Amino acid sequence: MIEKPHRRTFQSIQAEAFEKRQCFDQAPIPKIHIGMATCGIASGAIETQQAFEEALTERQVKAQIRTVGCNGHCYAEPVVIIDHPESGFPPIFYPNVSPGKARMLTKLFLEEGDPRFEHLLGATTENELIPSVMTFSRFNMEKRVITEKCGVVDPEDIYDYIAAGGYQALDQALQQRPDEIIADISASGLRGRGGAGFATGVKWQKARDAKGSVKYLICNADEGDPGAYMDRTIIESNPHQVLEGMAICAYAVGIEKALIYVRAEYPLAVKIIQKAIEQATDLGLLGDDIQGKGVRLDVEVFQGSGAFVCGEETALIQSIEGVRGMPRHRPPYPVDVGLWGQPTVINNVKTLAAVAPIVDKGAAWFRGIGTGNSSGTAVFSVVGDVVHPGLVEIPMGVTLRTLIFDICGGIPNQKDFKAVQIGGPSGGCLPDRFLDIPIDFDSLTDAGAMMGSGGMVVMAEDSCVVDVSRYFLDFTQNESCGKCTFCRVGTHHLLRILERITRGQGEPDDLPQLENLSQEIQMGSLCGLGKTAPNPVLTSLRYFKDEYRAHVQEKRCPGLTCRALTAFYIDLEKCARGCDACVGSCPTEAIFTTRTRKKGIDQERCVKCGECMVACPPDYDAVVRVSPPSLVPHIGK
Amino acid sequence: MPAEVFQMVGSHLQIPASEVYGVATFYNQFRFHPPGKHPVKICLGTACHVRGGDIILENFERKLEIKEGETTPDRDFSIERVACVGCCALAPVALLGETVHGHMAPSKVEGLILRIQVEKEKAEREKEKQQQND
Repeated sequence: MIEKPHRRTFQSIQAEAFEKRQCFDQAPIPKIHIGMATCGIASGAIETQQAFEEALTERQVKAQIRTVGCNGHCYAEPVVIIDHPESGFPPIFYPNVSPGKARMLTKLFLEEGDPRFEHLLGATTENELIPSVMTFSRFNMEKRVITEKCGVVDPEDIYDYIAAGGYQALDQALQQRPDEIIADISASGLRGRGGAGFATGVKWQKARDAKGSVKYLICNADEGDPGAYMDRTIIESNPHQVLEGMAICAYAVGIEKALIYVRAEYPLAVKIIQKAIEQATDLGLLGDDIQGKGVRLDVEVFQGSGAFVCGEETALIQSIEGVRGMPRHRPPYPVDVGLWGQPTVINNVKTLAAVAPIVDKGAAWFRGIGTGNSSGTAVFSVVGDVVHPGLVEIPMGVTLRTLIFDICGGIPNQKDFKAVQIGGPSGGCLPDRFLDIPIDFDSLTDAGAMMGSGGMVVMAEDSCVVDVSRYFLDFTQNESCGKCTFCRVGTHHLLRILERITRGQGEPDDLPQLENLSQEIQMGSLCGLGKTAPNPVLTSLRYFKDEYRAHVQEKRCPGLTCRALTAFYIDLEKCARGCDACVGSCPTEAIFTTRTRKKGIDQERCVKCGECMVACPPDYDAVVRVSPPSLVPHIGK
Repeated sequence: MPAEVFQMVGSHLQIPASEVYGVATFYNQFRFHPPGKHPVKICLGTACHVRGGDIILENFERKLEIKEGETTPDRDFSIERVACVGCCALAPVALLGETVHGHMAPSKVEGLILRIQVEKEKAEREKEKQQQND
């Protein structure tokens, strides 16, 4: 056996981290921080980085490029923060930095000291030269606990996290008794962030009391909910905070083996968390003998194979055991009988990421954020029709209106708000009269939606709730594991009815049938998937019944979305003679020129993609979308 | 995964082939068609759906003349729908190989395919040139 090198104390590691950080901060050259999580890369962050590197060598400018995670401002990707101390300006936040902009900034800002005011969003600190981004509501109305260090630290460098105060909580926890930590977590009122909202302290205590030869900890990062990506972002941007939470939990409960269940669809997250585990093990913050305290924790990554239902804890266990991930009846709960029949704690990524801040800053501090029964913060991915989509972390109890309109900038293009879909396929669609309810576990459940994992899709007036319900049913129907008849067959029938309605073949008794069937599926299903699958239908039926009626009775889609119920035509009055913009845009060559050299649409060939509407110059704005299709005037060749 | 695999895995693990088939069909990561050299994955998550992801999917299907889950006869392209790739702010999203293309539009589809085809032709021409030189 190879003799392990002398184990370093946390204080010495921390001192080294501070020194490294100080060295970096005090270097007199500019620093360029580039956000490099999946969404940044998708927007071209790698090309931006290359452009910076090339420009720096070309111009012989000295600067350090540092890759960080995602700070949640997805609308501004690729995000670059440039700290150029010599220029006299504070660190500046630049949104949407294309390779061209990168070259321009290298020349004009890094070399010549002109920050190019027209391209910046703001400074990251208070100062007298440039308004700080912290004065913008998208920044200052957030309360960051779980994602505090996301986009600030380099996810691939453990020292960076330690220098930002990381692993301090673990060190502190190891000085305490396990039951003190559990009492602390209970006192903080932390509830599971995976959706159900079960008290974390209670779960840990139960697992501690449970009898078993081995105990397991599973970090649930099987984020299958379409439209939600906070778990991915947290792991990609700050994996060590999750690992630290896992180590604290393992110490408190008495666990020696932990697994992180990540979707295989997140390759970058898998790579980053693996690297983080290696680094933490090397420094003795995980592994055989954590900090010489005789505490042991091995962490492994398990890649899920792409089944939504595996986010349910009993299904997740089955999937790790190598069989089909089908939920089983509870009780016994996994804290008593879990993985390989042993007591198992299963916590969501966000729950574990909240542990270190609680231990560090105390239960009372965490309790002070949020509302009575839901303490702390909630991370939402707000997407769809909003001006500033992205990840937002807010204290519990903030209203939907504040979140959507004040923080995320409201609906773009002067459109009206129609609904917000919360909680993905298990959640519900809420209309504008619910905008003033506070966001916490209980209020959302009362309104018929649920917290879920935190996906929030905002819909403007021109979207169709019937179509969205159909979409979710299509998803849950596909992902139903097939164990319970009501879920397996029931969702299939629900989907068939909804498909008929969106195609304009709905019948009057479809609506009561939808409602009955939904309630029966809820009663006859075992797990969360089946129990909540009809939620999108039930809430939309409750709050948007008129829209369903319009589809069924008038064969009309008020949101102009259902393609079988809408049609496009070109207004000959507005169409400009000789303009060919729409013709080139049409993917099916459905647009023809009339005898008067204006344009018409061949309804037989049209696939209703709406490209001509985008292509038509705003000055003419001649393409019209109508529902029902019978409203289209006849335009002959 | 061809059909023989189920028998092989089953006999190795001493469980019925039907059980292996059950597991393989349960998870999305097991494939029954070989993927193309340039797998096209269309995101149909909620945000992409609201922004017209299905139209993008249809456009790829039309241009490549295959349906989702299939591979073109020359094995260059395959189309798959995926639940969510986690870049919802860029919706609608399509993946071509490993590259994520955000803010997709039906009119961008042809260009993307064309670019790959042009690159392929260029590579072939250069190969020929090299062979001639040799």
